[in-house]
Amino acid sequence: MTPELGQLALILALLLAAAQGVLPILGAWRGNGALMAVARPAAFGQALFVALAFAILVAAFLGHDFSVQYVADNSNLALPWYYRIAAVWGAHEGSMLLWVSILDVWTLALALFGGRLPEVFRARVLGVLGLIAVGFLAFILFTSNPFLRLLPMPPDGGDLNPVLQDPGMTFHPPVIYMGYVGFSVAFAFSIAALLGGELEQAWVRWARPWTNVAWAFLSAGIVAGSWWAYAELGWGGWWFWDPVENASFMPWLVGTALIHAQAVTEKRGSLRAWTILLSIFAFSLSLLGTFLVRSGVLTSVHSFASDPRRGFYILCFLILVVGGSLLLYALRAPKVAGGKAFRPVSRESAILVGNLMLTVAAAMVLLGTLFPLIGDALALGKISVGPPYFGFLFTLLMLPVVLLLPFGPYLRWGKGETPMLKQVLLRAGLAAAACAIVACFLVNGQAKAIAGVAGAVWVGAGVLLYAFKRWREMPRGRRYPAEMAGMLLAHAGVALFLVGVLLSESLSVTRDVRMAPGEHQQIAGYDFRFDGVTETRGPNWRAEQGTVIVSRGGTIVATMHPQKRSYTREQVQTESAIDPGVTRDLYVALGEPMDKQHIEGAWALRLYYKPFIRWLWAGGLLMMLGGFVGACDRRYRQRRAATVVSAAASEPAMPPALEARA
Amino acid sequence: MNPTRKRRLIVVLLIFAASAVAVSLGVFALQRNMNYLFTPSQVQRGEASNYPTFRLGGMVKSGSIQRSNDSLKVTFTVVDADGNMPVEYTGILPDLFRDDQSVIATGHMDHARFVATEVLAKHDETYMPKELKDAMAKAHQGRAMPANADQGESP
Repeated sequence: MTPELGQLALILALLLAAAQGVLPILGAWRGNGALMAVARPAAFGQALFVALAFAILVAAFLGHDFSVQYVADNSNLALPWYYRIAAVWGAHEGSMLLWVSILDVWTLALALFGGRLPEVFRARVLGVLGLIAVGFLAFILFTSNPFLRLLPMPPDGGDLNPVLQDPGMTFHPPVIYMGYVGFSVAFAFSIAALLGGELEQAWVRWARPWTNVAWAFLSAGIVAGSWWAYAELGWGGWWFWDPVENASFMPWLVGTALIHAQAVTEKRGSLRAWTILLSIFAFSLSLLGTFLVRSGVLTSVHSFASDPRRGFYILCFLILVVGGSLLLYALRAPKVAGGKAFRPVSRESAILVGNLMLTVAAAMVLLGTLFPLIGDALALGKISVGPPYFGFLFTLLMLPVVLLLPFGPYLRWGKGETPMLKQVLLRAGLAAAACAIVACFLVNGQAKAIAGVAGAVWVGAGVLLYAFKRWREMPRGRRYPAEMAGMLLAHAGVALFLVGVLLSESLSVTRDVRMAPGEHQQIAGYDFRFDGVTETRGPNWRAEQGTVIVSRGGTIVATMHPQKRSYTREQVQTESAIDPGVTRDLYVALGEPMDKQHIEGAWALRLYYKPFIRWLWAGGLLMMLGGFVGACDRRYRQRRAATVVSAAASEPAMPPALEARA
Repeated sequence: MNPTRKRRLIVVLLIFAASAVAVSLGVFALQRNMNYLFTPSQVQRGEASNYPTFRLGGMVKSGSIQRSNDSLKVTFTVVDADGNMPVEYTGILPDLFRDDQSVIATGHMDHARFVATEVLAKHDETYMPKELKDAMAKAHQGRAMPANADQGESP
């Protein structure tokens, strides 16, 4: 009975979402206050019913209700309770429900804290979010219902995809979705602004923390995904340019451009149309990401069972959303555009160059990701695009960004001063050169590693110099407002990331070897001794577990237990063993037994030495932290003083002369 | 030409030049990193002869997997309905590599043998990647191919 209630809740939610999507927008158009007032209660009601449906699905998983097809497919009696909850979003249907639930979290937040927005604008924003919810709820109800019954009811279920049976991985999908869906807020703001035909700086100020938080969540999700690929896939790599990784990376790149463009629009009023366009792109790419992952058109680690109806639906939805919003943009953007002019040497220009590079990089990733589809459609043959394409172009495009990054904060809005820049160039350049020379001796002339050290020091020195300058010149208490601190943290994250990527890429030692018990291997000064493989068991898996003793100079550094797990449906999952460290990771993964009948004999093993690899995730986390900290700025919480706020008045806490540098 | 127009012209030209550079770099990188997928019978008909490296897709022939005794070298035969191709690979095979499993190997031809640098296998035996299914259907039309789709695994 309860699963049917879940379905009923979804149908009610769909109806309420339709009311939330259509009536307030009509009301805003016609100036009808009663219709506009529908937005909030409809949003609350919709969220309530979606939450109810979600809770019912969770209950079905916790109660082992195998009469529900989705539960029977994705869990079994032996699955621990926490993985049963994670199984809710472990496959297609539930993850769509999660998508809508998270959309409702964002909608609720807007409905609750959106009191400062003008009535008309808020009605439009909530209306747009309602329309998005209609699209997804209809998708769930018509093509991927998680509450379908399975009769007769099986005594036990299947299994949760074993790649998801990892503590870190359980949170990866919801966090990624928080990011994806979070861009819907920026999108709704832009569409509302286009509908109304005006974009006030105050509204952009209001949209900024939301975008920052969404971006921070997406960063966290990507870091988690990359970490998982490293720890779980057993290949020791952290990024594969896999279609689904790209799917989350494209909105991130555009989102990064967006948060910077929003800063310009909020502070100066310039680049309005560009900001709107970017928020449309960011959300469209989030939808495309969902499409790529869910439709199964591209073969990848993440693709779930494919159903052409679903792909077709999302494709239509995507065309409607992207096409519709771009059409609206084409019609209305000229009306919205405007703002202060700026010189070629100014903070606006620097941000614009960075924006350009980031969006071109996103376009490049998009082309490479969709190229197999294009090739297929044009009958060019079955093509795949190799990772070197992405690696080469991405490095090329990010080079100007890294080079420009230290200058950004020093440049004034409108018109920058060149002497200051020369000083930065000299100091950060000297620091980078000095460290690069030192690095030359330590890394045996590996160009990539030296570039990594130099780039990281360049960015890091730039950030530190600016932080020091603020410390010296600003009075206590105004030195690092949250927005500033967030920016410094995120930029410092870039420096850490560069160290991690370039040092681990260039100095890693990876070796696939055949080892019999008792044999030794030397890698980067470490001695790996293989002590054979034994059988072991977990709650819902059995595994072959190896023992590898790592020592250095006679002292034991680590005892590592890589596993090869078999789950209930004969799904095999490699669990690598990692000995973490600040300057290096040691990584062992089981390959396969040389003789399948004698697992106690010789095995193929992967032995890796990965220097500084942790720094790249630390960098990603720092960027995430920057996003969250930046969103906490007091300015965003101040009450709206007047309908039109000029740039100079937007920072009442600072004298105008200093404001220009903030 | 007034100054505003001149400035706009410069901006437009710069954007044009930048996009030309971006597009040519993109095409260059794309061309060098495109891998085509062929089945054994297509390779035997010589369709892959123009490509130094390509991807070979098919099923692992039952009982054809042979491990070397002292190294990680392994040989196996990839088949489709009409053709077969011996493959040589040195390294660790994916978790799901076994007999009658659909695989995609990236590598090059060395005389009559395909030397793989990377081997990907997909989940259960009823599964076949869509692109491989299409390629095999194209190679010999009219034969039934396993159609069930399930999740894939690749690095």
